[in-house]
Amino acid sequence: MLEIAIGIILGCCALGAGTAMIAGIGPGIGEGNAVAKACEAIGRQPECKGEVTTTMLMGCAIAETTGLYALVIAILLIFVAPDRLVDILMNYVG
Amino acid sequence: MNPKSRRFKAVDLAYILIMVLPVVFGIVFKILTKPASSGIVIEGAYIYLTIPLPFQDLLITESQINSAIVMVSMLGVCLYLTHGMRYGCICKRHHIAEWIVEKINAMVKGNMGSYFSGFSPFVVAILALSGLSSLITLFGLYPPTSDVNIVGGWAILVFILITYYKCKCGPIQYIKSFAEPIALMPLNLISEVATPISMAFRHYGNILSGSVISVLVAAGLQGLSAMIFGALPGFLGEFPFLQIGLPAILSLYFDLFSGCLQAYIFAMLTMLYVSSGFPIEIYEKRKQKKLSIQKRANA
Repeated sequence: MLEIAIGIILGCCALGAGTAMIAGIGPGIGEGNAVAKACEAIGRQPECKGEVTTTMLMGCAIAETTGLYALVIAILLIFVAPDRLVDILMNYVG
Repeated sequence: MNPKSRRFKAVDLAYILIMVLPVVFGIVFKILTKPASSGIVIEGAYIYLTIPLPFQDLLITESQINSAIVMVSMLGVCLYLTHGMRYGCICKRHHIAEWIVEKINAMVKGNMGSYFSGFSPFVVAILALSGLSSLITLFGLYPPTSDVNIVGGWAILVFILITYYKCKCGPIQYIKSFAEPIALMPLNLISEVATPISMAFRHYGNILSGSVISVLVAAGLQGLSAMIFGALPGFLGEFPFLQIGLPAILSLYFDLFSGCLQAYIFAMLTMLYVSSGFPIEIYEKRKQKKLSIQKRANA
């Protein structure tokens, strides 16, 4: 019985981590939009290439934040949560 | 002092040693103290020492030691670059030092305005510390920036600065700033607290995700080469041929580019948050009012 419980905990942690990373779609679309617009801007005005590139990198990094939140949650779910949850279960069982 | 004299060269050598020795010490210390891990594993910073304290144990970890190494070695770089600097004596290194100072001053002035021109030492300290901490992976050491405690400390420091500059026009102005576009107190409070959290998570998440992906790719290549070359006899069958060189291409992006970019972004966001939090117009009005009151009192 205990093995099944621990198995459910581990499996659900892995599932949760995988589900959390769906958030990677958003930053992907956002950064793609940003780079596309930056390419357009450089094509229209090649002389301001440097400035556009730095601004684009800055914007990309900020757009990435939501994806990174998901990543942090996924990493916590894989590396930290199973031990904690199994400890809680063991304390509960005694 | 004559730049050709023996004493000058000896001091130069000492500075170069200050630059290089901490990194060598770090590598040797890691080899001596850290137990060798079997195979490829993803793990956090190794804990060297636990000091018991009443509320929370103080942990001395690899990331703290590595960031201390970075600081000492950066001190060596600064001392070396400015050694023997004086008016009229222009060597290569003085050119480099002047170039760095000019670039940072221009960047700070362009992003923060002339009121904050004294801010450039802080900004360049954060930039260099963060960048070099990420680049220390090139020596095989654990990067302190992939530990949320270190980056969180920097973010809290920046948060204190932001709050200090917001409070500079008095506590009433500070409370008023929360009700600014519309009176939505809880939302503004949340976004205020989210600033340091997002800064810390952005930096640490980027570096950590890079190292996790690198480790996963390395493990995958090991498995792949075991599958392809596994049939070869003896040593040839065990040796992971595909692991040679291929992970270095990833490291070029994740360690070099991403590390430098995140350092730049951290410094940039520090500048933007601090300067946008400071209500400069109100501050100058108050200053003029105070000056006029003083003049009247003197007259």
